[in-house]
Amino acid sequence: MGRYLAIRIGRAALTIVLVVTFAFIVLRLSGDPALMILGPEAPPEVLAAFRKAWGLDDPIWAQYFDYFGAIAKGELGRSMRDGRPAIELVLERIPATLALTLPAFFFKVALGIPAGIYAALHRGSGIDRAVMMTAVAGFTVPSFVLALLLVLVFAVQLGWLPSGGQDSWRHAILPITTLSLGGAAVLARFTRSAMLEVLGQPYIRTASAKGVPWRKVVTSHALPNAAIPTVTILGFMVGTLIAGAVVVESVFAWPGVGRLLVVAVANRDLAVVQCILLLVAMTMVTSNLIVDFLYGFLDPRLRTKGAHA
Amino acid sequence: MTQLIAIAGLSVAFSGVPVLRGVDLALQKGEALGLVGESGSGKSVTWLAALGLLPRHAQVAGSVRLDGREILGAPSAELDHVRGGRIAMIFQDPASALNPVLTIRKQLCEALALHRDLSGEAVKAEARRLLDLVGIPDAARRLSAYPHEFSGGQVQRVMIAMALAGNPDLLIADEPTTALDATIQAQILELLSLVRREMGMAMVLISHDLGVVAENCDRVAVMYAGRIVEAAPSNQLFADPVHPYAQGLIGALPPLDGPRRRLTAIPGTVPDPAHMPSGCAYAPRCALAGESCGLAAPTLAPIADDRSVACVRAEASRRAVLGMAAE
Repeated sequence: MGRYLAIRIGRAALTIVLVVTFAFIVLRLSGDPALMILGPEAPPEVLAAFRKAWGLDDPIWAQYFDYFGAIAKGELGRSMRDGRPAIELVLERIPATLALTLPAFFFKVALGIPAGIYAALHRGSGIDRAVMMTAVAGFTVPSFVLALLLVLVFAVQLGWLPSGGQDSWRHAILPITTLSLGGAAVLARFTRSAMLEVLGQPYIRTASAKGVPWRKVVTSHALPNAAIPTVTILGFMVGTLIAGAVVVESVFAWPGVGRLLVVAVANRDLAVVQCILLLVAMTMVTSNLIVDFLYGFLDPRLRTKGAHA
Repeated sequence: MTQLIAIAGLSVAFSGVPVLRGVDLALQKGEALGLVGESGSGKSVTWLAALGLLPRHAQVAGSVRLDGREILGAPSAELDHVRGGRIAMIFQDPASALNPVLTIRKQLCEALALHRDLSGEAVKAEARRLLDLVGIPDAARRLSAYPHEFSGGQVQRVMIAMALAGNPDLLIADEPTTALDATIQAQILELLSLVRREMGMAMVLISHDLGVVAENCDRVAVMYAGRIVEAAPSNQLFADPVHPYAQGLIGALPPLDGPRRRLTAIPGTVPDPAHMPSGCAYAPRCALAGESCGLAAPTLAPIADDRSVACVRAEASRRAVLGMAAE
């Protein structure tokens, strides 16, 4: 088990390094931060001084090693716009993002999983078809379209809710709804197919054949098995808690991490972008690790395999 | 002997395609009945339908009486009592028939809690006794193992233990040894006949292996295309099959003694359930088929004490066999 753990963690660390490296290179090749921040009118000597101050005229490999050296010391760089530590800028935006993504995660689970289970248990019924049609609509419609649609109906036409900003809890309703619907749709479809797969297994028939009431067949025989694939998608959703609302935050002018990312990319505020990407990579990788361990907990077959690995 | 279960006119269709076309079958208390026939002939479907275990879209009609009481279409609370409590079932592929994420203890105790008035320690003690009974060594420790930690033969033993948990009057063993290798097969069959004797339980052994059925069953019913075509005591059926299909099946068996002979295969294939011939379903493959065979499907009619056959040419067919034997 110890070795299995070590391999997993090593792989996770490698993933983070690759993500950060990729982001580092792409950002440096995609435009000059000095021009973006100071503007094309700025005198050449000011631009040169800016580049020198931020180390932008060093060769890219030197910048890269400096960057990793700094990370090793726990420094994630400063924003080129206002000189504050990037990590501070990012951290102060996290509560706003979580204020959207955590309730949305809750609604996704609370709506999507029961809907998927219900649809699977009543396969072919009117409700199954309705759930599946909603689900297909829910994840084929891009979130910005859904967001604009909600704004059009509830803010513009009915005037019930504000269309953007962060002044009260009412401002959070539309963004949370947008995030929840799409996620719930994905989860409903996934849960339904996982349940259908499990319900077709011989051990479900065995349970019925020994006289277990259907309700109990579902709860104690089918659900624990269907939970295994569903956990994968849940893990992915946990991974997007920090930066999964980029589009929605932009549409609703919600000052979260996602919006900070959009602004920072537009400005080539390198340290901020890198800091966010590092954070995203870390949450993704962590949630994947948790999923791996949950597999072991949910599926005894993997537990023994893991022990031998 | 008193009658335990009587199936009459049982028919099943999946989205309009008939799979069972009127099965009549009765079983006495404590009797062992072999149910043979090619795959797709409806052996398993008969019992899944009787216990209400078919998917909801299956259309089921007919009658299944357990101790004279109709159970076909009975409310699910009543069926849950019958399943496992009166009639238990074990299946072909033991490896996938047990829930992979639950321990053996959980699955065994679940059956015990459902059908026996036991609680707490008594349940666990009984679970250990059952595992012991079916020959799982070190039962106390093995109870906390998961299905994947057992071999195929052992899983089938666990399945048998689980089936015995409710003290059933009838055990349906649906190809219990097909997925196992020959030595394990013999052990499992021996175990089945042991527990059957010990518990005075009736058994239906579904198999396409005639040898297995001949050795383990008092009576045999032969199924073809969703119908019983012949039912007879085992020794009589194997010595003197009447239905041309039963003759064909037995003719395809290699004899153990006597001179070597060429095995005869039944020509043609089983008809597609969606396109059944009118009249006798076997007629297109039957050497004795006459004009009358295509008119109406023959009904299962008694030809002797405890023997019945569904063939309008039964007498001719019998004569043909006897004639061949005399030569």
